[in-house]
Amino acid sequence: MSNVANEKIAAYANRLGDDSLIHGHRLSEWCSNGPFLEEDLAMTNVALDYIGRARNFLTYAAELIGGGATEDTLAYERDCLEYTNLLIYELPKGDFAFTTARQYLLDEFELLFLTALCNSEDSTLAAVAEKSLKETRYHLRRSKEWMLRLGNGTEESKEKLQTAVEQLIGYTPELFEVDALEKDLISGGIAVDRAGLEESWRSACEKTFDEAGVNMPQAVWRVKGGRTGFHTEHLGHLLADMQFVQRAYPGCQW
Amino acid sequence: MSDETLIPMLPIEEFERRERRRMSPVADIWDLLDRVKDPEVPVISIWELGVLQDITVQEDVVTVSITPTYSGCPAINAMAEDIVDCLAAAGYDHVNVQTRLQPAWTTSWMSAEAKRKLVDYGIAPMQKDDEGIQCPHCRSVDVKLVSYFGSTACKALYQCKSCDEPFDYFKNL
Repeated sequence: MSNVANEKIAAYANRLGDDSLIHGHRLSEWCSNGPFLEEDLAMTNVALDYIGRARNFLTYAAELIGGGATEDTLAYERDCLEYTNLLIYELPKGDFAFTTARQYLLDEFELLFLTALCNSEDSTLAAVAEKSLKETRYHLRRSKEWMLRLGNGTEESKEKLQTAVEQLIGYTPELFEVDALEKDLISGGIAVDRAGLEESWRSACEKTFDEAGVNMPQAVWRVKGGRTGFHTEHLGHLLADMQFVQRAYPGCQW
Repeated sequence: MSDETLIPMLPIEEFERRERRRMSPVADIWDLLDRVKDPEVPVISIWELGVLQDITVQEDVVTVSITPTYSGCPAINAMAEDIVDCLAAAGYDHVNVQTRLQPAWTTSWMSAEAKRKLVDYGIAPMQKDDEGIQCPHCRSVDVKLVSYFGSTACKALYQCKSCDEPFDYFKNL
């Protein structure tokens, strides 16, 4: 394969790795802060799956980039402008309703996205997708159940869930944005056409929202910029936390 | 194949994995690695778990291929170290452990024997669609899910409604 193609695949693997890493980190912030022990375990276990997924994507990106790049240099030595995760992943964890709603919206998305990525012409991306898809199916079982429990729970739980969804909805259109890089990789059979997933995603979500008695709002406002390095103010704080040890002791190893 | 099929069918990847071992010219190395156990479930070897995929030897370099159970499972690093230590103790100094993601690990690779060992250890083995789970203590099927996730990525927490004992369930994947 040509170097140009490799560079593009590296950038693609890198952004998928960034999405997973930032999401995994946000979930890991629940460690010892969960509403009760079982959910503490659940959120940190899901975090672990996402960090594992991130390692697989970033290791592959680093291999293609070469020149001494590793999963660690990608994770720890890049600042906000170089991070390419979508904005929805970096929003602070919020309350349990917010974390649950985000997880649910993303699980439905990941289910469609990973299923499609299994058919990628790139065998490494397809392998990572196949592995991750099994985990996502399980994540979705739990997040969907919690949507129903919160929505059909008390007035307070329902209100918190509705508020969370309204705060999140404007960040969801970015999940379906296809830029020049992805357009190119889609025509080569490597990347997933995200735009084509939106309808199925919306109808799956609406079904659950109906059952949960919560309105699925339209995204009348929308924010984007993650793929080009234009992040919310929250990412810098997250990276300061996540990268602290490597920044203080460059190159240190366990 | 209908659901009523009585003959248990081995998944093709598992059949191939067993054939690789059966046909391997380095049977002694496969046997040695039966000593390497899952660090979290120390009664099951990495072979029985389905993690050990292949062993090849070129010149004096032994290459061992393993596949992770879950993407983020931290035990995979411990298993890789245990493989290196186990083979070093037997005089193999050049060991290279490779991680493979495809075919993706599934609990359907685990043998009936491995499942029996899980029960003896107090862990309920995986069931199709996570239904018909049996308490490893009193064998009752009247059980309830306590938590989707347990002490490790591969387990969920259940409680038996007959004997009241909580137990780990090895999730179907």
